[in-house]
Amino acid sequence: MIELTVNGRKHSVDVEPEMPLLWVLRDVLDVKGPKFGCGIAQCGACTVHLNGEPVRSCSVPVSAAAGQKVLTIEGLAQRGQLHPVQRAWIDHEVPQCGYCQSGQIMSAVALLGKNRNPSDQDIDAAMTNICRCGTYARIRTAIHAAAKTLKSTKA
Amino acid sequence: MTGTFTHEFGPARRKFLKQSAAIGGGLTVGFSFPGAFAQKADGAVEINAWVVIRPDDAIIIRYARSEMGQGSMTSAPMLVAEELECDWTRVKIEYASANASVKRKRAWGDMAAVGSRTIRNSQEYLRRAGATAREMLIAAAAQQWGVPASECSASSSFITHGPSKRKVSFGKVADAAARLEPPKDVKLKDPKDWKLIGKSVKRIDIPDTVMGRQRYGIDAQLPGMVYAAIAQCPVFGGKVKSVDASKIQNRRGIIKVIPLETYVAVIADNWWRAKEALRDVAIEWDTAGNSGVSSASIMEFLRAGLTQQEGLAFARREGDVDQAFGAAAKVLEAEYFTPYLAHATMEPMGCLALVKDGKVDVWTSTQSVEASLATAAATAGVPLENVEVHRVQLGGGFGRRGGGQDFVRQGVAIAKAMEGTPVKMLWTREEDMQHDFYRPASLIRMKAGLDASGNPVAWYSRVSAPSIVATLLKLPLKDGIDPQAVASYADQPYSIPNVRIEYAQRNPHVPVGFWRTVGHSQNPYMRECFVDELASAAGKDPYEYRLALLGKAPKELGVLEATARAAGWGKPLRAGVHRGIAVTEAYGSYTSAVAEVSVDDKGALTIHRLVLGIDCGYVVNPDNVIAQMQGSAVFALTALIWGEITIKDGRVEQSNFHDYRLMQLREMPAVEVVMAPSGGFWGGVGEPGQASILPAVCNAIYAATGKRIRSLPLKNHGLTLA
Repeated sequence: MIELTVNGRKHSVDVEPEMPLLWVLRDVLDVKGPKFGCGIAQCGACTVHLNGEPVRSCSVPVSAAAGQKVLTIEGLAQRGQLHPVQRAWIDHEVPQCGYCQSGQIMSAVALLGKNRNPSDQDIDAAMTNICRCGTYARIRTAIHAAAKTLKSTKA
Repeated sequence: MTGTFTHEFGPARRKFLKQSAAIGGGLTVGFSFPGAFAQKADGAVEINAWVVIRPDDAIIIRYARSEMGQGSMTSAPMLVAEELECDWTRVKIEYASANASVKRKRAWGDMAAVGSRTIRNSQEYLRRAGATAREMLIAAAAQQWGVPASECSASSSFITHGPSKRKVSFGKVADAAARLEPPKDVKLKDPKDWKLIGKSVKRIDIPDTVMGRQRYGIDAQLPGMVYAAIAQCPVFGGKVKSVDASKIQNRRGIIKVIPLETYVAVIADNWWRAKEALRDVAIEWDTAGNSGVSSASIMEFLRAGLTQQEGLAFARREGDVDQAFGAAAKVLEAEYFTPYLAHATMEPMGCLALVKDGKVDVWTSTQSVEASLATAAATAGVPLENVEVHRVQLGGGFGRRGGGQDFVRQGVAIAKAMEGTPVKMLWTREEDMQHDFYRPASLIRMKAGLDASGNPVAWYSRVSAPSIVATLLKLPLKDGIDPQAVASYADQPYSIPNVRIEYAQRNPHVPVGFWRTVGHSQNPYMRECFVDELASAAGKDPYEYRLALLGKAPKELGVLEATARAAGWGKPLRAGVHRGIAVTEAYGSYTSAVAEVSVDDKGALTIHRLVLGIDCGYVVNPDNVIAQMQGSAVFALTALIWGEITIKDGRVEQSNFHDYRLMQLREMPAVEVVMAPSGGFWGGVGEPGQASILPAVCNAIYAATGKRIRSLPLKNHGLTLA
């Protein structure tokens, strides 16, 4: 049995230790926000936070998450309040098909967690998730907007 | 089983209106369809196929086609709401059921989201449905009040009697309205009176997406469900010869190995186990003699199409090109090539199906629920009315999920072999990349004759390319022409007296299909680059040269001028930066692009600015048009710079995103969208954007380097993104 905490809830799962975290989340724990895109950590559709760090869960064995905290898109809103990044994503109409967006949002939240005022270059470096619909211009705008919101709420 | 997803505005999200929970039944209104479900358990009343009203004044507008990011699930209902005169903040959008469409004789018309046609093909009947419902609501209120309907009007979900100022909400009269005979002829609003059309409205599916609640085909889940991973014959056209699954026999979670004609499925209790086990199944393939095919042999095959004398089809013949070439002051000739491309939707192909008691339930990300339903029925051998294709959002479509339906055929075949158990099949990215219906490769020879002042007097194109219509749709070609293969040549807008467009249909073994923008993803690139060559040969500015030739094409002319103006065409640029321009019609809209680029001596390309113009006639949801244009830029530039599917040993060489590169955020250039709507028509929006971008960038590269880009992608010309 492997124990892990997902969005604040403890789970123990009886699976092979090498089973990727993504598939444990999706097929065992029914957490469907993280998506499968490539299986080789290229696209980032499966991005979740492991102890606050963004990871590509398709390429992280569940054993690496044992006893640790996993945060997915489903756990981002707090007490019914959307995260400022989610809010900005709605305000700027970022998603098109939306399939990559839970990964995009988790990457953006992680970036803003480390860097409250990211420059365009910082966004370029951190946001390597692929979006086939091409929503990048709006992702950039929304990250800057969320940074502003975070600044004003913290100040 | 019900799988209705509902979207709702306002503070509360409520699940409601399961379509199976119909009571009342016999009342048919609005359009003629028998067996309609009229009144729902919650008192909601169906006024017609598109409009359902609840006693609490919630307005449910049905949406029939698919949502894959193009935004039509919001903009199509806007057209209904515009005429209905309802309060948009109380509108909920609900998918129409594919099964109900069968039973109600296609009450919602074409349900496919393909060809950028949702708005342009449905706008009339959607607006009419809204207007018809509005007139019935007004008539019901007038009857209640005993006043003439002509004294009443509707606005924001209320009917008002002008003289007495009495008011009643839609919800209060919906039941009575539904019992009235629908008016035969309703008058649609004058565009100047539109309140909703033309305003940027928030897309209704976005909140669910950002909360991780959006449900795609891959997310569908049923109790007792098992999972399937499949391996298809890597060589197109091949079959399974033998299967040895002994190595996985006692492996944890493995339920069954099912060999089918062209693929092998492993069934397990989760997908990862199925996929991992599949790697240890030894499969021998019969490659049907195709294992020697390569990109080089395909090129040779296409090249033969440039010179073949027999079996040609003519897409356009005007004047006498041969005579004109003889008399021309200058003759230019060039050969252009565009490669096969994969769709690479972010969500790989998949299908959840349950075959049980002669019925089939399917959940799949499809651009055509009707095609999916028909495919499921045929595969399971059941009547159409015994199938439901439950509605989900698509993780990208781009044409991949429309015509082929291979994923439904497989999903249902596997579920049939596991009768009574729901099976969710999912492809790996590698299967997805290597078993697509690819954008056709196309080789084109062009020839043009110029008179002494540089004006074109003759244009000749020979297109050597596969036919999607003949091979994927298996439909006969009218006069031997696949319209997509010759698109933008056959209907080229320039005033040239002598034109001949020939098509040599050449079908290699690589399956081809509709890839976003289809023929217009490649032909305008070739046409507009060649026009640029003519302008250079004539010693003229490429913008002025086009302007002078577009006298009979006012729409192209208009969007070209608007785009050039916005881009500041002709104004000085800083040293090393150069412009390119292009214009074309596509999907009933008109687009133009101006690119500003620089190329350093190592071949590093910088796209400083892209100005994209579109005239789609009427604009329904402006911000969504901008989003589609921005997305089109990324899609087009990805194809331009890296896009290439190559063949070796009869199979696709690329397998995943490491060798089929998609553009990333840091690589997207600045994109400015110029809206130049001229009104009076309804053009497409999802696909036209790409068409002008590729030639505009290539023409700018020529201006910067003096080098013509006559084949794609750019990476094969030593050009990389800086």
